Amino acid sequence: MVPLSAYVAVSAVLFITGLLGVLIRRNFIIVLMSVEVMLNAANINLVAFSHYLESMAGQLVALFIIAIAAGEAAIGLAIIIVVFRGRISTNVDEMNLLKW
Amino acid sequence: MVLVFFAYFALASIAAGVLTVALKHPVHCGLALLALLVHVSGLFILLNAEFLWAVQVIVYAGAILVLYLFVLMLLNLKTDDRYFHSSYLYFLVPAAFGSLCVLALLIRSPFGGAKGDATTVAILQDGDTHAVGIKMFSEYLLQFEIVGVFLLGAVIGAIVLAKTPKPVSRERKA
Repeated sequence: MVPLSAYVAVSAVLFITGLLGVLIRRNFIIVLMSVEVMLNAANINLVAFSHYLESMAGQLVALFIIAIAAGEAAIGLAIIIVVFRGRISTNVDEMNLLKW
Repeated sequence: MVLVFFAYFALASIAAGVLTVALKHPVHCGLALLALLVHVSGLFILLNAEFLWAVQVIVYAGAILVLYLFVLMLLNLKTDDRYFHSSYLYFLVPAAFGSLCVLALLIRSPFGGAKGDATTVAILQDGDTHAVGIKMFSEYLLQFEIVGVFLLGAVIGAIVLAKTPKPVSRERKA
């Protein structure tokens, strides 16, 4: 029997990897991919607790998270297309028009 | 046996996550993300969540990842020489230290709590999909509707953002 803390540890490592990706990568698309890594880590956590605490709530919230990840990917990639059409590169450091 | 599968899926998903963040070419990062999603879905199988496994493979690996790859191919990105942020070492060291502290705390925690009514036997009686459906359309109906409206808004927003802007006609300008 795998202990619950093993699942939580895997999820924590994945989450920190994704957070690090958001902080250190410069390509906007890979920043979005790192956000997906973080959302997957949260899903592992929710499903593991749902299994070990014998409640369905975690699985349902994980399902909603997947739906919201789909929306986030659609909007984020549309923003990338708009930014790229304006001849700005997808480097996050060069997108500073909204910065005051 | 379950332990072996868990070790494989856990190590492979962590390795794929690290590769997603660290690889240079964006398409390679996308493929590493695919490996991560598939191995995470394996972890869902180990946790008796077959419906989430199917949703993970169909929606995440089948739809979201293909969307990412479409945009990658469409934009024809060139890879940058400096693909990490210039001061990434300042993030890397605190992250390694913080993750070690968090892991030490997590491994030691007992994680007790109030148990619900969805025991493994009760779920396996009619299948996981049945249990998810009953719960979703009774207690979580409002959240389900909210997610539906959210997705509609996301679709409209994506269309509005990605639409080619109309060229301004000269007659109106004059």
